[in-house]
Amino acid sequence: MTEETTKKRGVPLWAQIVIWAALAGLLLLVAFGLKRAQNPMAEIGKPVPDFELVFYEGYEYNGTAKVKLSDLRGKIVVVNIWASWCKPCEQEAPDLEEAWQFYKDGGDVVLVGVDYVDTPKGAEGYLTKFDITFPNAPDLKSNISSILNRQMGVPETYFIDREGILRHVKVGPFMSVNEIKSVVESID
Amino acid sequence: MKRFLYILAFLFLLGGLFTTNALAQSGTPSDDEVNAIARKLYCPVCESTPLDVCPTQACHEWRELIRTMLAEGKTEAEITQYFVDQYGARVLAEPPKEGGFLLIYLLPPAVILIGVIILFRSLKEWTKPKAAVPAQSAAQVQKDDYVSRFEEELKKQK
Repeated sequence: MTEETTKKRGVPLWAQIVIWAALAGLLLLVAFGLKRAQNPMAEIGKPVPDFELVFYEGYEYNGTAKVKLSDLRGKIVVVNIWASWCKPCEQEAPDLEEAWQFYKDGGDVVLVGVDYVDTPKGAEGYLTKFDITFPNAPDLKSNISSILNRQMGVPETYFIDREGILRHVKVGPFMSVNEIKSVVESID
Repeated sequence: MKRFLYILAFLFLLGGLFTTNALAQSGTPSDDEVNAIARKLYCPVCESTPLDVCPTQACHEWRELIRTMLAEGKTEAEITQYFVDQYGARVLAEPPKEGGFLLIYLLPPAVILIGVIILFRSLKEWTKPKAAVPAQSAAQVQKDDYVSRFEEELKKQK
């Protein structure tokens, strides 16, 4: 047998090492990027990761223009996610405002609106149209809806108990103010 | 006289051109100016729809927002940054060259480069000239051995 027939052909060792090292490096980069991009997410029965609401001009809570979820510990927090381009949101807007009027003086239940991916003009028009007085904030970079683990779209409403644990998620619009009250009572 | 008229007409046209340009700059930004920025952004709500062609009411409002910002003297970079601050980097048609987004730019050339190297080496191997004397197969060697032994035996018989 001659040397030509027995000589093994293929990618040299140095090239194999370089290729595998490059692939391992890329995988590490992807893993690192995913880890960084991943937000903590809320789950029913578990504490909701903290987030901050920076209210629209003209809105406040206890005299401050921004509030953290952790600042509201000890109260029932109702977080409503809406958008001015969302038609079902319009359906529940008067009920949410009515619920706020019912709870606001007691100070035990806090209702906040989070405006998901909206235009400033649209948001302003919506809040004016429905005379919304409860504190409302934009969802900058969709950070809050991402933490709350938004399920389907808008509207969605999250009920957080006094210990900061997510108790109930309402997907879609409320049918009446009583529906809102009954959920609040069930977690009180 | 004819030459004078030509010069006058040229100056008139030139003047008109500058006036139009000045009016365009001082007035409301045109659709083209708005769309030049809008096409570099994607609708934050709809999937994979550039803002300049998105038909929804929300997209119309975002385009109007760009027009307002342009009229206020904001630069393209400032307007783009506003959209990123509000809705995140996902609205950019061209992802930023930083952080995890770098993978989008690095991964395809790296894969192509590795592929080219492998292809180049394989082609080099395939086109390498074979040895002048072709190697004998094991069967042939065995056969020749058998034949020579057979011939030797025949000679002995004789």
